Amino acid sequence: MSLLTKGEAPLRSEHDIVLARQQVRRLTQELKFSLVDQTKMVTAASELARNALVYGRGGAMHWEVLQVESRTGLKLLFADQGPGIPNMELAMTDGWTSGKGLGMGLTGAKRLVNEFEIDSKVNGGTRVTITRWK
Amino acid sequence: MEKIPILRMGEFLLVTIQIDMHDQLALKLQDDLSSAIQKNASKGVLIDISSLEMVDSFIGRMVADISGIGKILGAETILVGMQPAVAITLVELGLSLPGIATALNVERGMTLLRRKIDADGADVAAH
Repeated sequence: MSLLTKGEAPLRSEHDIVLARQQVRRLTQELKFSLVDQTKMVTAASELARNALVYGRGGAMHWEVLQVESRTGLKLLFADQGPGIPNMELAMTDGWTSGKGLGMGLTGAKRLVNEFEIDSKVNGGTRVTITRWK
Repeated sequence: MEKIPILRMGEFLLVTIQIDMHDQLALKLQDDLSSAIQKNASKGVLIDISSLEMVDSFIGRMVADISGIGKILGAETILVGMQPAVAITLVELGLSLPGIATALNVERGMTLLRRKIDADGADVAAH
């Protein structure tokens, strides 16, 4: 697997969520994802960026454009320094929310991508990584 | 401050969302629309999202809430113009927007709205 480009964007305000969405749109367009695949990745990024801001008290989105043989893909990492998720099983249940959301963010984002990983420590922040291949 | 315009067309309100909304703007639209329904005694609301390239759970919930609030205030809400890629993504995300009336474009939405309101009127007259 080789890394073609990478970068990061802060997630400190609601406006940053919009900017993160636009960044992911640009990257998926450059990778020539289909319109549906672009929309899925942008939507997943929007959910995870909001989670990092609302539940994780802010953080950053890191992106990497990857290549494995002839396949290209986009990997996004959403990292926050928030309180972490004490009960992962519960957090990965459709419709469950600790806040005012719909409880669709994590599970919904997982359904929209090819690869999904979550790592969270109580009082140590949460890191969610998603990848979508062309 | 940023604002999404609400157009009054007789007994209907028309909102065309043309920008990528941040969350506060979506909430402000919900407030503004609720006030406009009440102020104008509107019978229907058309929300045109044909320019939206993404609807996530926050915007989806905002639309569902507007529809629910509108109903209590006596207005039917119709969501029009959703792009196919957005619809596919929303369903996969887990939001199929149950109970939200939709139409392909503003013209069809308007026809549907009139039909719904006429049917309600006939219902009331029959009682």
